Amino acid sequence: MLDINHVYKTFNIGTINEKRALIDLDLHLREGDFITVIGGNGAGKSTMLNAVAGVWPVDGGSIVIDGNDVTGLPEHQRAAFIGRVFQDPMMGTAPNMQIIENLALAMRRGQKRGLSWGVTKTERDQYREKLKILGLGLEDRMTSKVGLLSGGQRQALTLLMAALRKPKLLLLDEHTAALDPATAAKVLELSDRIVAENGLTAMMITHNMKDAIAHGNRLIMMNEGRIILDIEGEEKKRLTKADLLQKFADVAGTQEETDEVLLS
Amino acid sequence: MSIAVYFASLDPVNLFKSIPGNVAQGIVWGLMALGVFITFRLLDIADLTVDGSFTTGGAVTVILTLAGMPAFAALLIAILAGLAAGLITGLLHTKLGIPAILAGILTQFALWSVNLHIMGGWKGAANKSINPDQYTLLLSLRHVTKAILVGVVIAGVIIAVLYWYFGTEQGSAIRATGSNPAMSRAQGINIDSMKVLGLAISNAMVAMAGGLMAQYQGFADINMGRGSIVIGLAAVIIGEVLCDAFFRKGANFAVRLIFVVVGGVIYYIVVGVVLWLKLPSNDLKLFTAVVVAIFLAVPYLQKQARSSFKQAGRKGANIHA
Repeated sequence: MLDINHVYKTFNIGTINEKRALIDLDLHLREGDFITVIGGNGAGKSTMLNAVAGVWPVDGGSIVIDGNDVTGLPEHQRAAFIGRVFQDPMMGTAPNMQIIENLALAMRRGQKRGLSWGVTKTERDQYREKLKILGLGLEDRMTSKVGLLSGGQRQALTLLMAALRKPKLLLLDEHTAALDPATAAKVLELSDRIVAENGLTAMMITHNMKDAIAHGNRLIMMNEGRIILDIEGEEKKRLTKADLLQKFADVAGTQEETDEVLLS
Repeated sequence: MSIAVYFASLDPVNLFKSIPGNVAQGIVWGLMALGVFITFRLLDIADLTVDGSFTTGGAVTVILTLAGMPAFAALLIAILAGLAAGLITGLLHTKLGIPAILAGILTQFALWSVNLHIMGGWKGAANKSINPDQYTLLLSLRHVTKAILVGVVIAGVIIAVLYWYFGTEQGSAIRATGSNPAMSRAQGINIDSMKVLGLAISNAMVAMAGGLMAQYQGFADINMGRGSIVIGLAAVIIGEVLCDAFFRKGANFAVRLIFVVVGGVIYYIVVGVVLWLKLPSNDLKLFTAVVVAIFLAVPYLQKQARSSFKQAGRKGANIHA
Protein backbone atom coordinates (compact mmCIF):
# COMPACT_ATOMS: atom_id res chain seq x y z
CA MET A 1 0.00 0.00 0.00
CA LEU A 2 2.91 2.32 0.80
CA ASP A 3 6.40 2.01 -0.60
CA ILE A 4 9.14 4.31 0.65
CA ASN A 5 12.00 3.53 -1.72
CA HIS A 6 15.50 4.60 -0.68
CA VAL A 7 14.46 8.07 0.41
CA TYR A 8 17.01 10.73 1.40
CA LYS A 9 16.40 14.10 3.02
CA THR A 10 18.94 16.60 4.32
CA PHE A 11 17.95 19.88 5.92
CA ASN A 12 19.97 23.12 5.70
CA ILE A 13 22.36 21.72 3.11
CA GLY A 14 25.72 23.48 3.08
CA THR A 15 25.25 25.27 6.39
CA ILE A 16 26.62 24.60 9.84
CA ASN A 17 23.17 23.28 10.79
CA GLU A 18 23.18 20.62 8.07
CA LYS A 19 21.18 17.66 9.26
CA ARG A 20 20.89 14.37 7.40
CA ALA A 21 17.36 13.54 8.50
CA LEU A 22 16.58 10.50 6.32
CA ILE A 23 19.29 8.22 4.97
CA ASP A 24 18.38 5.55 2.42
CA LEU A 25 15.04 5.02 4.14
CA ASP A 26 13.32 1.94 2.78
CA LEU A 27 9.94 0.80 4.12
CA HIS A 28 7.07 -1.14 2.61
CA LEU A 29 3.57 -1.38 4.07
CA ARG A 30 1.05 -4.02 3.03
CA GLU A 31 -2.63 -3.18 2.90
CA GLY A 32 -4.05 -3.22 6.43
CA ASP A 33 -0.68 -2.84 8.15
CA PHE A 34 -0.79 -0.73 11.30
CA ILE A 35 2.79 0.29 12.07
CA THR A 36 3.90 1.98 15.26
CA VAL A 37 7.08 4.06 15.03
CA ILE A 38 9.40 4.76 17.96
CA GLY A 39 12.80 6.39 18.31
CA GLY A 40 14.55 9.20 20.13
CA ASN A 41 14.29 12.88 19.37
CA GLY A 42 15.73 13.65 15.95
CA ALA A 43 15.59 10.00 14.85
CA GLY A 44 13.59 10.95 11.76
CA LYS A 45 10.12 9.72 12.73
CA SER A 46 8.24 12.93 11.96
CA THR A 47 10.52 13.58 8.99
CA MET A 48 9.45 10.24 7.54
CA LEU A 49 5.76 11.06 7.97
CA ASN A 50 6.24 14.54 6.49
CA ALA A 51 8.10 13.03 3.53
CA VAL A 52 5.13 10.74 2.88
CA ALA A 53 2.61 13.58 3.37
CA GLY A 54 4.57 15.83 1.00
CA VAL A 55 5.28 18.72 3.36
CA TRP A 56 8.47 19.31 1.31
CA PRO A 57 10.11 17.44 -1.60
CA VAL A 58 12.58 14.65 -0.82
CA ASP A 59 16.19 14.80 -2.07
CA GLY A 60 16.27 11.29 -3.47
CA GLY A 61 14.25 8.09 -3.72
CA SER A 62 10.55 7.67 -4.37
CA ILE A 63 7.27 7.37 -2.51
CA VAL A 64 4.51 5.22 -3.94
CA ILE A 65 1.02 4.98 -2.47
CA ASP A 66 -1.11 2.09 -3.72
CA GLY A 67 0.73 2.06 -7.04
CA ASN A 68 0.65 5.85 -7.52
CA ASP A 69 4.06 7.49 -7.53
CA VAL A 70 3.47 10.65 -5.48
CA THR A 71 7.11 11.77 -5.19
CA GLY A 72 6.48 14.80 -7.43
CA LEU A 73 3.10 15.77 -5.99
CA PRO A 74 2.65 18.64 -3.51
CA GLU A 75 0.96 18.16 -0.16
CA HIS A 76 -2.57 19.15 -1.20
CA GLN A 77 -2.56 16.69 -4.10
CA ARG A 78 -1.28 13.82 -1.98
CA ALA A 79 -4.07 14.58 0.46
CA ALA A 80 -6.35 12.58 -1.84
CA PHE A 81 -4.65 9.44 -0.53
CA ILE A 82 -3.77 10.43 3.03
CA GLY A 83 -5.61 11.16 6.27
CA ARG A 84 -3.57 12.92 8.93
CA VAL A 85 -3.72 13.72 12.62
CA PHE A 86 -1.08 16.07 14.00
CA GLN A 87 0.63 16.29 17.39
CA ASP A 88 -0.87 19.72 18.03
CA PRO A 89 -4.65 19.31 18.55
CA MET A 90 -5.15 22.84 17.19
CA MET A 91 -3.59 21.96 13.84
CA GLY A 92 -6.10 19.52 12.40
CA THR A 93 -9.28 21.59 12.43
CA ALA A 94 -10.42 25.06 11.34
CA PRO A 95 -11.30 26.94 14.57
CA ASN A 96 -13.48 29.63 12.98
CA MET A 97 -15.71 27.10 11.28
CA GLN A 98 -18.51 24.93 12.58
CA ILE A 99 -18.03 21.27 13.50
CA ILE A 100 -20.24 20.26 10.59
CA GLU A 101 -18.34 22.53 8.18
CA ASN A 102 -15.06 20.93 9.25
CA LEU A 103 -16.49 17.48 8.60
CA ALA A 104 -17.78 18.61 5.21
CA LEU A 105 -14.30 19.92 4.31
CA ALA A 106 -12.82 16.54 5.24
CA MET A 107 -15.51 14.68 3.27
CA ARG A 108 -14.27 16.47 0.14
CA ARG A 109 -10.60 15.66 0.69
CA GLY A 110 -9.11 14.94 -2.72
CA GLN A 111 -12.31 15.91 -4.55
CA LYS A 112 -12.80 18.89 -6.81
CA ARG A 113 -14.40 21.75 -4.86
CA GLY A 114 -16.99 23.42 -7.03
CA LEU A 115 -20.00 25.65 -6.57
CA SER A 116 -22.41 23.17 -5.04
CA TRP A 117 -23.29 23.61 -1.36
CA GLY A 118 -20.46 23.15 1.11
CA VAL A 119 -22.69 21.06 3.40
CA THR A 120 -25.71 19.19 2.04
CA LYS A 121 -28.80 18.07 3.97
CA THR A 122 -28.05 14.36 3.57
CA GLU A 123 -24.55 14.87 4.93
CA ARG A 124 -25.96 16.44 8.07
CA ASP A 125 -27.65 13.21 9.25
CA GLN A 126 -24.66 11.15 8.24
CA TYR A 127 -22.33 13.32 10.36
CA ARG A 128 -24.66 13.19 13.32
CA GLU A 129 -24.33 9.38 13.33
CA LYS A 130 -20.55 9.57 12.96
CA LEU A 131 -20.22 12.07 15.81
CA LYS A 132 -22.26 9.82 18.10
CA ILE A 133 -19.49 7.22 17.80
CA LEU A 134 -17.10 9.63 19.55
CA GLY A 135 -19.37 9.69 22.61
CA LEU A 136 -18.51 13.34 23.32
CA GLY A 137 -21.95 14.80 22.74
CA LEU A 138 -20.70 16.70 19.70
CA GLU A 139 -23.71 15.49 17.67
CA ASP A 140 -25.80 18.03 19.60
CA ARG A 141 -23.37 20.89 18.91
CA MET A 142 -22.84 20.47 15.19
CA THR A 143 -23.09 24.20 14.45
CA SER A 144 -20.66 25.21 17.24
CA LYS A 145 -17.35 26.69 16.20
CA VAL A 146 -14.54 24.15 16.57
CA GLY A 147 -12.46 26.77 18.37
CA LEU A 148 -14.75 26.32 21.37
CA LEU A 149 -13.83 22.65 21.80
CA SER A 150 -11.14 21.26 24.11
CA GLY A 151 -7.87 19.81 22.78
CA GLY A 152 -9.09 16.25 23.29
CA GLN A 153 -12.38 16.93 21.56
CA ARG A 154 -10.59 18.56 18.64
CA GLN A 155 -8.19 15.64 18.32
CA ALA A 156 -11.06 13.14 18.33
CA LEU A 157 -12.80 15.22 15.67
CA THR A 158 -9.61 15.37 13.59
CA LEU A 159 -9.35 11.59 13.78
CA LEU A 160 -12.92 11.21 12.62
CA MET A 161 -12.24 13.67 9.79
CA ALA A 162 -9.09 11.82 8.71
CA ALA A 163 -11.09 8.63 8.16
CA LEU A 164 -14.33 10.21 6.91
CA ARG A 165 -13.33 9.73 3.30
CA LYS A 166 -11.49 6.44 3.53
CA PRO A 167 -7.77 7.22 3.03
CA LYS A 168 -5.26 4.80 1.51
CA LEU A 169 -3.03 5.71 4.40
CA LEU A 170 -3.60 7.17 7.88
CA LEU A 171 -0.69 9.11 9.42
CA LEU A 172 -0.77 9.72 13.18
CA ASP A 173 2.07 11.98 14.27
CA GLU A 174 2.29 11.64 18.07
CA HIS A 175 -1.36 12.57 18.09
CA THR A 176 -1.84 11.87 21.80
CA ALA A 177 1.36 13.49 23.09
CA ALA A 178 -0.28 16.83 23.89
CA LEU A 179 -3.27 15.31 25.71
CA ASP A 180 -3.71 14.40 29.38
CA PRO A 181 -3.30 10.65 30.09
CA ALA A 182 -7.03 9.88 30.34
CA THR A 183 -7.88 11.73 27.14
CA ALA A 184 -4.84 10.27 25.39
CA ALA A 185 -6.03 6.75 26.25
CA LYS A 186 -9.48 7.52 24.88
CA VAL A 187 -8.12 8.97 21.63
CA LEU A 188 -5.80 5.95 21.24
CA GLU A 189 -8.69 3.56 21.71
CA LEU A 190 -10.68 5.52 19.17
CA SER A 191 -7.74 5.34 16.75
CA ASP A 192 -7.66 1.55 17.09
CA ARG A 193 -11.37 1.35 16.46
CA ILE A 194 -11.33 3.60 13.41
CA VAL A 195 -8.37 1.74 11.90
CA ALA A 196 -10.01 -1.64 12.54
CA GLU A 197 -13.53 -0.72 11.43
CA ASN A 198 -12.36 0.86 8.17
CA GLY A 199 -9.56 -1.63 7.53
CA LEU A 200 -7.07 1.25 7.19
CA THR A 201 -3.35 1.12 6.57
CA ALA A 202 -1.79 3.30 9.25
CA MET A 203 1.45 4.64 10.68
CA MET A 204 1.54 5.93 14.24
CA ILE A 205 4.47 7.73 15.82
CA THR A 206 4.60 7.57 19.59
CA HIS A 207 7.01 8.35 22.38
CA ASN A 208 5.35 5.79 24.60
CA MET A 209 6.91 2.33 24.24
CA LYS A 210 3.97 0.63 25.92
CA ASP A 211 1.58 2.14 23.36
CA ALA A 212 3.94 1.18 20.54
CA ILE A 213 3.86 -2.44 21.72
CA ALA A 214 0.14 -2.58 22.49
CA HIS A 215 -1.09 -1.15 19.18
CA GLY A 216 -0.72 -2.22 15.58
CA ASN A 217 0.67 -5.36 13.98
CA ARG A 218 4.16 -4.09 13.28
CA LEU A 219 6.71 -1.94 15.08
CA ILE A 220 9.70 -0.08 13.73
CA MET A 221 12.41 1.76 15.62
CA MET A 222 14.33 4.60 14.01
CA ASN A 223 17.70 6.12 14.79
CA GLU A 224 19.64 8.82 12.96
CA GLY A 225 17.46 8.72 9.85
CA ARG A 226 17.44 4.95 9.49
CA ILE A 227 15.15 2.10 10.49
CA ILE A 228 17.11 0.01 12.97
CA LEU A 229 14.41 -2.46 14.00
CA ASP A 230 11.38 -3.93 12.26
CA ILE A 231 9.27 -6.46 14.16
CA GLU A 232 5.87 -7.88 13.29
CA GLY A 233 3.29 -10.55 13.96
CA GLU A 234 3.83 -13.04 16.79
CA GLU A 235 7.25 -11.68 17.57
CA LYS A 236 5.77 -8.23 18.17
CA LYS A 237 3.01 -9.63 20.40
CA ARG A 238 5.64 -11.14 22.71
CA LEU A 239 7.63 -7.91 22.83
CA THR A 240 8.22 -6.18 26.20
CA LYS A 241 9.54 -2.76 27.06
CA ALA A 242 12.73 -4.35 28.36
CA ASP A 243 13.18 -6.17 25.05
CA LEU A 244 12.89 -2.89 23.18
CA LEU A 245 15.47 -1.17 25.34
CA GLN A 246 17.79 -4.15 24.90
CA LYS A 247 17.28 -4.26 21.14
CA PHE A 248 17.97 -0.58 20.91
CA ALA A 249 21.14 -1.01 22.93
CA ASP A 250 22.29 -3.87 20.68
CA VAL A 251 21.93 -1.83 17.52
CA ALA A 252 22.61 1.66 18.61
CA GLY A 253 25.01 1.80 21.52
CA THR A 254 25.18 1.51 25.29
CA GLN A 255 22.28 0.97 27.65
CA GLU A 256 22.59 4.34 29.37
CA GLU A 257 22.33 6.25 26.14
CA THR A 258 19.36 4.16 25.13
CA ASP A 259 17.30 4.98 28.18
CA GLU A 260 18.12 8.60 27.80
CA VAL A 261 17.25 8.82 24.13
CA LEU A 262 14.11 6.71 24.17
CA LEU A 263 12.58 8.12 27.30
CA SER A 264 13.37 11.75 26.61
CA MET B 1 -18.98 83.41 25.57
CA SER B 2 -17.24 81.92 22.59
CA ILE B 3 -18.71 78.50 23.41
CA ALA B 4 -22.19 79.97 23.33
CA VAL B 5 -21.45 81.53 19.97
CA TYR B 6 -20.10 78.22 18.73
CA PHE B 7 -23.23 76.30 19.72
CA ALA B 8 -25.50 79.01 18.37
CA SER B 9 -23.76 78.65 15.02
CA LEU B 10 -24.61 74.94 14.83
CA ASP B 11 -27.83 74.51 12.89
CA PRO B 12 -29.57 71.15 13.50
CA VAL B 13 -31.37 71.54 10.18
CA ASN B 14 -28.04 71.38 8.40
CA LEU B 15 -27.21 68.14 10.19
CA PHE B 16 -30.48 66.54 9.10
CA LYS B 17 -29.97 67.75 5.56
CA SER B 18 -26.54 66.16 5.44
CA ILE B 19 -27.67 62.74 6.67
CA PRO B 20 -29.17 61.31 3.42
CA GLY B 21 -26.02 62.14 1.46
CA ASN B 22 -23.88 60.53 4.14
CA VAL B 23 -26.08 57.44 4.12
CA ALA B 24 -25.68 57.11 0.34
CA GLN B 25 -21.89 57.46 0.56
CA GLY B 26 -21.85 55.14 3.55
CA ILE B 27 -23.59 52.39 1.59
CA VAL B 28 -21.03 52.65 -1.22
CA TRP B 29 -18.16 52.52 1.29
CA GLY B 30 -19.96 49.64 2.99
CA LEU B 31 -19.77 47.73 -0.30
CA MET B 32 -16.07 48.51 -0.38
CA ALA B 33 -15.82 47.26 3.20
CA LEU B 34 -17.34 43.92 2.13
CA GLY B 35 -14.22 43.49 0.00
CA VAL B 36 -12.01 44.31 2.99
CA PHE B 37 -14.04 41.85 5.09
CA ILE B 38 -13.23 39.03 2.64
CA THR B 39 -9.48 39.51 2.90
CA PHE B 40 -9.14 40.76 6.47
CA ARG B 41 -11.62 38.47 8.20
CA LEU B 42 -12.00 35.42 5.96
CA LEU B 43 -8.50 35.12 4.49
CA ASP B 44 -6.66 36.74 7.42
CA ILE B 45 -4.70 38.99 5.06
CA ALA B 46 -4.51 42.79 5.39
CA ASP B 47 -4.65 43.66 1.69
CA LEU B 48 -3.48 47.17 0.85
CA THR B 49 -4.21 46.77 -2.87
CA VAL B 50 -7.63 48.30 -2.20
CA ASP B 51 -6.32 51.87 -2.01
CA GLY B 52 -5.39 51.50 -5.67
CA SER B 53 -8.15 49.25 -6.94
CA PHE B 54 -10.88 51.56 -5.57
CA THR B 55 -9.52 54.34 -7.78
CA THR B 56 -9.09 51.93 -10.69
CA GLY B 57 -12.78 51.07 -10.44
CA GLY B 58 -13.73 54.76 -10.46
CA ALA B 59 -11.39 55.63 -13.33
CA VAL B 60 -12.49 52.74 -15.55
CA THR B 61 -16.17 53.45 -14.93
CA VAL B 62 -15.91 57.16 -15.75
CA ILE B 63 -13.73 56.71 -18.86
CA LEU B 64 -15.90 53.96 -20.36
CA THR B 65 -19.12 55.82 -19.61
CA LEU B 66 -17.66 58.93 -21.25
CA ALA B 67 -16.80 56.74 -24.25
CA GLY B 68 -20.48 55.92 -24.61
CA MET B 69 -20.78 52.64 -22.77
CA PRO B 70 -23.89 52.13 -20.59
CA ALA B 71 -23.06 52.83 -16.94
CA PHE B 72 -23.72 49.28 -15.74
CA ALA B 73 -21.54 47.79 -18.50
CA ALA B 74 -18.75 50.21 -17.58
CA LEU B 75 -19.15 49.09 -13.98
CA LEU B 76 -18.82 45.44 -15.02
CA ILE B 77 -15.52 46.17 -16.79
CA ALA B 78 -14.40 48.10 -13.67
CA ILE B 79 -15.15 44.98 -11.63
CA LEU B 80 -12.95 42.93 -13.97
CA ALA B 81 -10.17 45.52 -13.62
CA GLY B 82 -10.36 45.16 -9.84
CA LEU B 83 -10.31 41.38 -10.23
CA ALA B 84 -7.09 41.70 -12.23
CA ALA B 85 -5.51 43.93 -9.58
CA GLY B 86 -6.30 41.38 -6.87
CA LEU B 87 -4.99 38.62 -9.09
CA ILE B 88 -1.64 40.41 -9.43
CA THR B 89 -1.32 40.88 -5.66
CA GLY B 90 -2.23 37.23 -5.19
CA LEU B 91 0.36 36.03 -7.69
CA LEU B 92 3.08 38.29 -6.24
CA HIS B 93 2.32 36.74 -2.87
CA THR B 94 1.89 33.05 -3.76
CA LYS B 95 4.09 32.59 -6.84
CA LEU B 96 6.93 34.94 -5.94
CA GLY B 97 6.86 34.54 -2.17
CA ILE B 98 6.43 38.24 -1.37
CA PRO B 99 4.72 38.80 2.00
CA ALA B 100 1.02 39.54 1.48
CA ILE B 101 1.10 43.03 2.95
CA LEU B 102 4.07 44.02 0.78
CA ALA B 103 2.53 42.47 -2.34
CA GLY B 104 -0.53 44.65 -1.77
CA ILE B 105 1.58 47.76 -1.31
CA LEU B 106 3.48 47.04 -4.55
CA THR B 107 0.30 46.59 -6.57
CA GLN B 108 -1.23 49.69 -5.04
CA PHE B 109 1.91 51.68 -5.83
CA ALA B 110 1.90 50.50 -9.44
CA LEU B 111 -1.82 51.21 -9.79
CA TRP B 112 -1.15 54.89 -9.15
CA SER B 113 0.55 55.13 -12.55
CA VAL B 114 -1.95 52.79 -14.16
CA ASN B 115 -4.87 54.87 -12.89
CA LEU B 116 -3.32 58.09 -14.24
CA HIS B 117 -3.04 56.41 -17.66
CA ILE B 118 -6.59 55.07 -17.51
CA MET B 119 -7.90 58.59 -16.96
CA GLY B 120 -5.56 60.45 -19.31
CA GLY B 121 -4.19 58.05 -21.87
CA TRP B 122 -0.46 58.15 -22.61
CA LYS B 123 0.02 61.54 -20.94
CA GLY B 124 -2.06 60.68 -17.92
CA ALA B 125 -4.61 62.72 -15.96
CA ALA B 126 -5.22 63.11 -12.24
CA ASN B 127 -9.00 63.31 -12.53
CA LYS B 128 -11.91 63.02 -14.91
CA SER B 129 -15.40 64.35 -14.37
CA ILE B 130 -18.68 63.12 -15.79
CA ASN B 131 -21.80 65.26 -16.08
CA PRO B 132 -24.87 63.44 -14.74
CA ASP B 133 -27.04 65.58 -17.03
CA GLN B 134 -25.38 64.23 -20.16
CA TYR B 135 -24.91 60.61 -19.15
CA THR B 136 -27.27 58.10 -17.55
CA LEU B 137 -25.63 57.05 -14.31
CA LEU B 138 -26.74 54.41 -11.83
CA LEU B 139 -26.63 56.91 -9.00
CA SER B 140 -25.76 60.56 -8.42
CA LEU B 141 -25.65 63.00 -5.54
CA ARG B 142 -28.18 65.09 -7.47
CA HIS B 143 -30.82 62.49 -6.55
CA VAL B 144 -29.83 61.29 -3.12
CA THR B 145 -33.00 59.30 -2.39
CA LYS B 146 -32.63 57.38 -5.63
CA ALA B 147 -28.93 56.89 -4.90
CA ILE B 148 -29.77 55.36 -1.53
CA LEU B 149 -32.33 53.04 -3.11
CA VAL B 150 -29.92 51.91 -5.83
CA GLY B 151 -27.21 51.43 -3.19
CA VAL B 152 -29.49 49.30 -1.01
CA VAL B 153 -30.56 47.14 -3.95
CA ILE B 154 -26.96 46.58 -5.08
CA ALA B 155 -25.87 45.84 -1.51
CA GLY B 156 -28.74 43.34 -1.19
CA VAL B 157 -27.77 41.53 -4.37
CA ILE B 158 -24.05 41.47 -3.49
CA ILE B 159 -24.70 40.20 0.04
CA ALA B 160 -26.94 37.44 -1.33
CA VAL B 161 -24.26 36.42 -3.84
CA LEU B 162 -21.50 36.46 -1.21
CA TYR B 163 -23.68 34.48 1.22
CA TRP B 164 -24.25 31.85 -1.44
CA TYR B 165 -20.64 31.76 -2.63
CA PHE B 166 -19.03 31.39 0.79
CA GLY B 167 -21.46 28.58 1.54
CA THR B 168 -20.30 26.57 -1.49
CA GLU B 169 -17.50 24.02 -1.47
CA GLN B 170 -15.13 26.55 -3.03
CA GLY B 171 -16.12 29.37 -0.68
CA SER B 172 -15.74 27.04 2.31
CA ALA B 173 -12.25 26.19 1.08
CA ILE B 174 -11.37 29.90 1.04
CA ARG B 175 -12.65 30.30 4.60
CA ALA B 176 -10.75 27.20 5.72
CA THR B 177 -7.55 28.60 4.18
CA GLY B 178 -7.90 31.75 6.30
CA SER B 179 -8.82 29.80 9.42
CA ASN B 180 -6.11 27.10 9.32
CA PRO B 181 -3.74 26.81 6.34
CA ALA B 182 -2.02 23.62 7.57
CA MET B 183 -5.33 21.84 8.01
CA SER B 184 -6.52 23.09 4.65
CA ARG B 185 -3.51 21.61 2.85
CA ALA B 186 -4.02 18.32 4.68
CA GLN B 187 -7.62 18.32 3.42
CA GLY B 188 -6.40 18.70 -0.14
CA ILE B 189 -7.07 22.41 -0.54
CA ASN B 190 -4.66 24.34 -2.76
CA ILE B 191 -4.26 27.26 -0.37
CA ASP B 192 -2.28 29.36 -2.86
CA SER B 193 -5.15 29.23 -5.35
CA MET B 194 -7.64 30.06 -2.62
CA LYS B 195 -5.64 33.12 -1.55
CA VAL B 196 -5.41 34.38 -5.14
CA LEU B 197 -9.12 33.76 -5.64
CA GLY B 198 -10.04 35.55 -2.42
CA LEU B 199 -7.85 38.56 -3.22
CA ALA B 200 -9.33 38.78 -6.73
CA ILE B 201 -12.92 38.64 -5.48
CA SER B 202 -12.18 41.19 -2.78
CA ASN B 203 -10.64 43.70 -5.16
CA ALA B 204 -13.45 43.16 -7.66
CA MET B 205 -15.85 44.28 -4.92
CA VAL B 206 -13.66 47.25 -4.07
CA ALA B 207 -13.41 48.36 -7.72
CA MET B 208 -17.19 48.13 -8.03
CA ALA B 209 -17.55 50.39 -5.00
CA GLY B 210 -15.02 52.78 -6.58
CA GLY B 211 -17.08 52.83 -9.78
CA LEU B 212 -20.26 53.59 -7.85
CA MET B 213 -18.52 56.33 -5.86
CA ALA B 214 -17.21 57.99 -9.05
CA GLN B 215 -20.72 58.00 -10.50
CA TYR B 216 -22.19 59.32 -7.26
CA GLN B 217 -19.76 62.22 -6.93
CA GLY B 218 -19.56 62.84 -10.69
CA PHE B 219 -15.82 62.35 -11.08
CA ALA B 220 -12.91 60.00 -10.64
CA ASP B 221 -9.81 61.31 -8.91
CA ILE B 222 -6.37 59.81 -8.44
CA ASN B 223 -6.69 60.35 -4.68
CA MET B 224 -10.20 58.97 -4.23
CA GLY B 225 -8.95 55.61 -2.93
CA ARG B 226 -6.34 56.97 -0.58
CA GLY B 227 -6.77 55.48 2.89
CA SER B 228 -9.71 53.33 1.84
CA ILE B 229 -8.23 50.32 3.66
CA VAL B 230 -8.63 52.25 6.91
CA ILE B 231 -12.19 53.35 6.12
CA GLY B 232 -13.02 49.79 5.09
CA LEU B 233 -11.56 48.45 8.33
CA ALA B 234 -13.50 51.06 10.29
CA ALA B 235 -16.73 49.92 8.64
CA VAL B 236 -15.94 46.23 9.24
CA ILE B 237 -15.14 46.86 12.89
CA ILE B 238 -18.09 49.15 13.61
CA GLY B 239 -20.33 46.58 11.95
CA GLU B 240 -18.91 43.73 14.01
CA VAL B 241 -19.23 45.59 17.30
CA LEU B 242 -22.89 46.36 16.55
CA CYS B 243 -23.57 42.86 15.30
CA ASP B 244 -22.11 41.30 18.44
CA ALA B 245 -24.11 43.71 20.57
CA PHE B 246 -27.36 42.66 18.89
CA PHE B 247 -26.69 38.96 18.32
CA ARG B 248 -24.03 38.05 20.90
CA LYS B 249 -21.77 36.40 18.28
CA GLY B 250 -24.67 34.17 17.23
CA ALA B 251 -25.29 36.04 13.98
CA ASN B 252 -25.26 34.06 10.75
CA PHE B 253 -23.01 34.98 7.86
CA ALA B 254 -25.58 37.04 5.91
CA VAL B 255 -26.33 39.16 8.98
CA ARG B 256 -22.62 39.75 9.54
CA LEU B 257 -22.29 40.96 5.94
CA ILE B 258 -25.31 43.26 6.34
CA PHE B 259 -23.71 44.78 9.41
CA VAL B 260 -20.50 45.49 7.49
CA VAL B 261 -22.52 47.73 5.16
CA VAL B 262 -24.33 49.21 8.16
CA GLY B 263 -20.87 49.91 9.60
CA GLY B 264 -20.01 51.93 6.49
CA VAL B 265 -23.21 53.97 6.83
CA ILE B 266 -22.59 54.67 10.51
CA TYR B 267 -19.02 55.68 9.79
CA TYR B 268 -20.22 58.29 7.28
CA ILE B 269 -22.94 59.56 9.60
CA VAL B 270 -20.30 60.04 12.29
CA VAL B 271 -18.12 61.85 9.77
CA GLY B 272 -21.12 64.06 8.97
CA VAL B 273 -21.58 64.89 12.65
CA VAL B 274 -17.88 65.64 13.06
CA LEU B 275 -17.99 68.04 10.13
CA TRP B 276 -21.24 69.58 11.37
CA LEU B 277 -19.56 70.26 14.70
CA LYS B 278 -17.07 72.25 12.61
CA LEU B 279 -14.21 70.16 13.84
CA PRO B 280 -11.30 70.64 11.45
CA SER B 281 -11.77 68.25 8.51
CA ASN B 282 -7.99 68.04 8.16
CA ASP B 283 -8.00 65.94 11.32
CA LEU B 284 -10.60 63.49 10.05
CA LYS B 285 -8.00 60.92 9.08
CA LEU B 286 -6.27 61.19 12.44
CA PHE B 287 -9.63 60.74 14.13
CA THR B 288 -10.50 57.71 11.98
CA ALA B 289 -7.11 56.09 12.54
CA VAL B 290 -7.45 56.51 16.31
CA VAL B 291 -10.94 55.00 16.30
CA VAL B 292 -9.83 52.02 14.18
CA ALA B 293 -6.74 51.48 16.35
CA ILE B 294 -8.86 51.49 19.49
CA PHE B 295 -11.37 48.98 18.14
CA LEU B 296 -8.65 46.71 16.76
CA ALA B 297 -6.97 46.79 20.16
CA VAL B 298 -10.09 45.97 22.18
CA PRO B 299 -10.00 42.15 21.77
CA TYR B 300 -6.31 42.09 22.71
CA LEU B 301 -6.78 44.38 25.71
CA GLN B 302 -9.75 42.31 26.89
CA LYS B 303 -7.54 39.24 26.83
CA GLN B 304 -4.83 41.12 28.73
CA ALA B 305 -7.38 42.16 31.33
CA ARG B 306 -8.21 38.51 31.94
CA SER B 307 -4.61 37.38 32.18
CA SER B 308 -1.29 39.19 31.93
CA PHE B 309 2.16 39.11 33.50
CA LYS B 310 1.46 42.41 35.23
CA GLN B 311 -1.62 40.96 36.84
CA ALA B 312 0.11 37.73 37.77
CA GLY B 313 2.95 39.76 39.27
CA ARG B 314 0.55 41.79 41.40
CA LYS B 315 -1.23 38.68 42.65
CA GLY B 316 2.10 37.04 43.42
CA ALA B 317 3.24 40.11 45.37
CA ASN B 318 0.03 40.03 47.42
CA ILE B 319 0.78 36.50 48.55
CA HIS B 320 4.18 37.53 49.89
CA ALA B 321 2.80 40.60 51.61
